[in-house]
Amino acid sequence: MEEKKNQIWAFIITGALILISLLYYKTNVYYMYLIAYIWFGFAYGMMLQYGRFCFASASRDLFAAGVPRMAVGILVALIFFSFIQAVLASTNMSTFHPAPFGIHTLIAGLIFGVGMVLSGGCASGSLYKIGEGNGTSFLAAFFGLCIGQAIFVDVTWFNFLMPQKWIDNAAAKGLPASVMSSSFDTYLAGYVWDQPVLQLSKTQAAQDALPGVSKYFVADMLLNAMIPAALLLIVIYAVWMRKGFMKKRAKTKVGATGFGDDLAGIWSMITASKRTTIMGVIIGIVAGLHIFVMKGMQIKFGVGNFGELLTRMGHSADTSIKGTVFDPGYWYITSQEGQFGAWILEKFGWNMRDNIFFGVNNGLPDPWRNPALWMSFGIIFGAFVMARLNNEFKFKLPKGELIVWGLLGGLLMGVGSRPALGCNIGAFFIRVAGGDPSGWLYGTGMVGGAFLGVKFFNWWTERKMAKEMESF
Amino acid sequence: MAMKFEKKGDGVYELDVCGYVCPHPQIYCKKSIEKMAEGEVLHMIFDNPSSGETVKQMLDQAGHELVEERKEGSKLIYVIKKG
Repeated sequence: MEEKKNQIWAFIITGALILISLLYYKTNVYYMYLIAYIWFGFAYGMMLQYGRFCFASASRDLFAAGVPRMAVGILVALIFFSFIQAVLASTNMSTFHPAPFGIHTLIAGLIFGVGMVLSGGCASGSLYKIGEGNGTSFLAAFFGLCIGQAIFVDVTWFNFLMPQKWIDNAAAKGLPASVMSSSFDTYLAGYVWDQPVLQLSKTQAAQDALPGVSKYFVADMLLNAMIPAALLLIVIYAVWMRKGFMKKRAKTKVGATGFGDDLAGIWSMITASKRTTIMGVIIGIVAGLHIFVMKGMQIKFGVGNFGELLTRMGHSADTSIKGTVFDPGYWYITSQEGQFGAWILEKFGWNMRDNIFFGVNNGLPDPWRNPALWMSFGIIFGAFVMARLNNEFKFKLPKGELIVWGLLGGLLMGVGSRPALGCNIGAFFIRVAGGDPSGWLYGTGMVGGAFLGVKFFNWWTERKMAKEMESF
Repeated sequence: MAMKFEKKGDGVYELDVCGYVCPHPQIYCKKSIEKMAEGEVLHMIFDNPSSGETVKQMLDQAGHELVEERKEGSKLIYVIKKG
């Protein structure tokens, strides 16, 4: 009976999304662009839920439980995604753009890393867990990633942290005062915009040494993504898996263990959780396909940003002063949640367009015309459908301490995703695969933050265990 | 909602972490096993499917045995023997 009910729910949601897509298409063919985001989001949601694919668990489970399942899954996804990225870049079909490189990336990753451990899921993980009925993830995503992030980019609370140099640099950019009001604006225009942007294939060394399209495959794919990912797999095996694997191996093998056994050990680590590793492969491929489709849409409609299509359809009020909206062209989380939070705050009379983030860069479209936000909704719905089909959906209201962890972790994720202009997906996964070393800097920060978060939780849970055991 | 770790009998323990989400179930599972002696049994009750995959790999790596795995409604029950 329960199974039947779950299947009906899965059909209802899928059917509703098909209907919504048809309605958009009927309204205007330009909405094909938005429909593509919906269904890629839906696919991500299904895959994330099936593979239990959460970036928070990658480093957290390594430190907390010594389990490399998710770290392996992410590195596998990265390897496949970097190959597709290189193919797309070499055929001029990539929408990838690197980000400013600097210490801010590491610090932002650190804050985000602590947040994702406290809340129990990264930015994408929180969305798929909402689809499983997880109320704590909803708190983290809604109050942290949506509302918290929107407030963070619009307030002047952090002006005391802004050096005079940044204030002078920002003023020299000549932006109208109507879109320069917050501390974050000073940070963006006074510091971030002046930082170097690095993509290995675009460096002079790569241009000189690697002819034609080989620079995308050698510099971006091999040097920036595949080789570091493979090295990390070896490090993870050596630190967390090798001892246990060799012990088991020695019991069943006659003679000494050697290099061949280590290779078998690495393979055993990669295949230990098949559903996660297989999803890693598919997510890597789909994320690449997503870029291809979005670039194709841009070529078809002759635009570089969905804001241009919104303007053509008469919705110029949705866009920024540059005529753009947030339209990454690939898998991305957090910025669109910030837009959703800002849209809600505007309904309460808060002017959210007087800052660079919304006023100049990302615009503030209504949620139903926000392509990237539809991708986030798609992730929730895709995960919901997959969880229902596997009878794993359960609505869980956040209670007790989980409310605190959800809110605090969500806020730290919201704040940690802004200074580096992205989260575990946009600032780490996409950038690393695209040849931007700043992705690794953000990843390093995330792992460091996760380590601190796990240290805290270890202390906290040890206290609770000791209390429980008083009666033994 | 509260985590419960109880001694149910001679060498048998129960960990109830229903309502908890990642990473709490896997951390409490690890800590519970650490408190037990070799050969003792832990009944772990939880309802966060994402934790299950991690717990299984953790048991396998540490040499503990997952004696039984069953589902009662939305609750998952793992019977674990410390190795």
